[in-house]
Amino acid sequence: MDKRLLDVRNLSVDFHTSHGTVHAVRDVSWHLERGETLAILGESGSGKSVSASAILNLIDMPPGEITSGEILFEGEDLLQMSGERRRKLNGHRIAMIFQDPLSHLNPVYSIGFQIAETMTAHGISKSETRARTIELLERVGIPEAATKVDAYPHQFSGGQRQRIMIAMALALKPDILIADEPTTALDVTVQAQILALLEELQEETGMGLLLITHDLGVVAEIADRVVVMNSGQIVETGTAHEVYHNPQHPYTQNLIAAVPGDGDLAEQVDASVQPILEISDLAKHYGGFVALEGASLTVLPGESVAIVGESGSGKSTLAKTLLRLEEATSGQALFEGKDLLSMSAKEMFDIRRDIQMVFQDPTQSLNPRMSIYDIISEAFVIHPNILPKKQWKARVCELLEQVGLKAEHIHRYPHQFSGGQRQRIAIARALALEPKLIICDEAVSALDVSIQAQVLALLTDLQAQLGLSYLFIAHDLPLVRDFAHRVIVMKRGKIVEQGPVEQIFEAPREDYTRNLIAASLSPDPAEQARRRRALRDMERHPA
Amino acid sequence: MLSFLGKRAVASGISLVGLILLVFFLSRLTGDPTGLYLPLDASEESRNQFREIHGLNDPLIVQFFHYMGDLIRLDFGESIRRAEPAIDVVLRGFSWTLQLAAITMTLVVAMAIVVGSLAAYYIGGIFDRIATFFSLIGASAPDFWVAIVAIVVFSVTLGWVPTSGTGTVWHWILPISVLFIRPFGLIVQVVRGSMITALGSAYVKTARAKGVKMRPIVFVHALRNALLPVITVIGDQAAALLNGAVVIETIFGFPGVGKLMIDSILQRDFTVVLAAIMVTAMAIFLMNILIDVLYSILDPRIRY
Repeated sequence: MDKRLLDVRNLSVDFHTSHGTVHAVRDVSWHLERGETLAILGESGSGKSVSASAILNLIDMPPGEITSGEILFEGEDLLQMSGERRRKLNGHRIAMIFQDPLSHLNPVYSIGFQIAETMTAHGISKSETRARTIELLERVGIPEAATKVDAYPHQFSGGQRQRIMIAMALALKPDILIADEPTTALDVTVQAQILALLEELQEETGMGLLLITHDLGVVAEIADRVVVMNSGQIVETGTAHEVYHNPQHPYTQNLIAAVPGDGDLAEQVDASVQPILEISDLAKHYGGFVALEGASLTVLPGESVAIVGESGSGKSTLAKTLLRLEEATSGQALFEGKDLLSMSAKEMFDIRRDIQMVFQDPTQSLNPRMSIYDIISEAFVIHPNILPKKQWKARVCELLEQVGLKAEHIHRYPHQFSGGQRQRIAIARALALEPKLIICDEAVSALDVSIQAQVLALLTDLQAQLGLSYLFIAHDLPLVRDFAHRVIVMKRGKIVEQGPVEQIFEAPREDYTRNLIAASLSPDPAEQARRRRALRDMERHPA
Repeated sequence: MLSFLGKRAVASGISLVGLILLVFFLSRLTGDPTGLYLPLDASEESRNQFREIHGLNDPLIVQFFHYMGDLIRLDFGESIRRAEPAIDVVLRGFSWTLQLAAITMTLVVAMAIVVGSLAAYYIGGIFDRIATFFSLIGASAPDFWVAIVAIVVFSVTLGWVPTSGTGTVWHWILPISVLFIRPFGLIVQVVRGSMITALGSAYVKTARAKGVKMRPIVFVHALRNALLPVITVIGDQAAALLNGAVVIETIFGFPGVGKLMIDSILQRDFTVVLAAIMVTAMAIFLMNILIDVLYSILDPRIRY
């Protein structure tokens, strides 16, 4: 068998949409060998997932159309096979896992049923599947597999769900596993576990692993070779090491340069002034569940304070109780000396001007039926004393230019902008009321790396111009390292450590913080190998 | 689950009492039944005697408390018209309606789910277009008109089926067919819409990547998720049928509870009207419970 396991040759895929034809993939060629991990790296819209979907016949035609090329699986062109033959390969010889395991698992069937289905769909009788399913669950590290086999997807954590997806995909020991952003929705520590599991399973079975990702860190951690894609074309191919250290194409060079985590650390702001926000002993309980307990922190004028932690650590709860979107159970939050938590609705209304929020997903937080002018000027409608109506338009134009957008786009709608531009609009909306404090809840985590860098640069510029303070909620540590003055680390509703950014990243005191930092991925394969060794040491000899 | 059922029962009980209050007093507003039952030249004395027998001489509020007192002992009163217990009259009519509704809805649900699902799977194709066209017509056709045209065509002109009444299997064909049309059209539309969403979902993509065959993808993976909104509409339509398809039963002379209710209102047979309302309300309450139970069976995330 000297034939390549998988060989994609000159593949082009078009999508015919109401806005015209999109050439999603143009003349793309790559191949995958047994036992190899190939990463396809690209940002959103680069077409990185499309060739994988084509392999599994998952492209809906129409609107999709494969205009040229072939996909050879062990020398035979998949695109020439009948639908029934391709169905028989899917799940049996070629399997796939996806980004968001919650929506990719059927909510109304037990996980046992869904794993067994991979086997029954390929002719294994039902009676044989149960024992094998439990075995698979044990193999991917689901505790109490024998009872959990009858549970439903919503009863598992995000990391466990991805393990279940992996068990489902590997049920028949496929020759190829395609993993489409398998760890993007997961916490860093869970990401490290899932990637380690994939690597182990690959060694066990000798399968070829095709990894689709936007994250250079994931590439550094696991990939042997990498294919870099940009707007439907391959711009660069090489080993992970070559591509990181010696990128040839300007796109790759920019992408690597945009990766956060090695910029200059911010200088601390003058701590002798009165803090703008002083939170003490803030707590929020839901019934018996403690979402937040004993949280105390301060934010100085002109300071960026980052709150980091894994999902469920209480960082969003903190922001919500601060804005009174949820009522705090106890504690105090002084904003310029006045307690936000005991304020009357009237006082709170006035103070909302000074505290604004930027959310994670600008697609959802901007009303799709309002023009940019309406979205931004709505702030003046709600707070009528700020600006006479005659000046609204001039002010909106000014704000748009301030966030790097063109004033003539004022009558466009959110869908006419890209993700990064939409987040700029959301920032302009927050700035409209000339706030003193902006709470950014994962404000850049939905954006591509290069766009992230731009938006963060914008936030830093605005801070220098306007003296803004930021409360920056994030899970991405390298990003926080480049942006924040001070960092607060949260775990299970409690603050475990806080301090200047330098101290947190260079001399963390808590194991939890050290673990978080060690688990975050470096884009440099050599550095990543070093971190992995450090992490293993830490697991073996906990301090 | 049990405490949920308890709460629902209490809530339904309260609305039932409100309903009785409303209907009891409103129906009295239609006038005195005495004039309808006694000959025009009946003496004032015999009229008074009639009122005395049926308790119509007491003040309204006293009549109401008498009625409620009897009701607690499950005595629904006598039908003035038929001189037998009102509840017997109603249950006889209701059993006809129940059969009609059950047969119709079974056919509707089975066919609408298959047609709607396939239309969604072959979206934009010829089957989808035909299904959408006819279901839209069905959902918007006025049933009294369809009923009359059907009688003219199939009974009068072609003579295939009887025009009205009951007795043979043939008597059932027209009422069922006419009652079928609107819920079928509506539910096909809902199933189709709901299935399009479900078939475009991420878990269906997973199933395709696993190599699951087309039929289980549509009828196992997508359908069970798509059924939740569909069940709500099915319940709504079934409730309408249980209430008695008043117009259809009247046109086809079908002795169901809908026709009974109209007749009793016209005849000022108050006890029958009240009993009919209580029986149908009870049936609808039970059906809503059934739907809630179905929800939690279909979707393990729903727990009461």
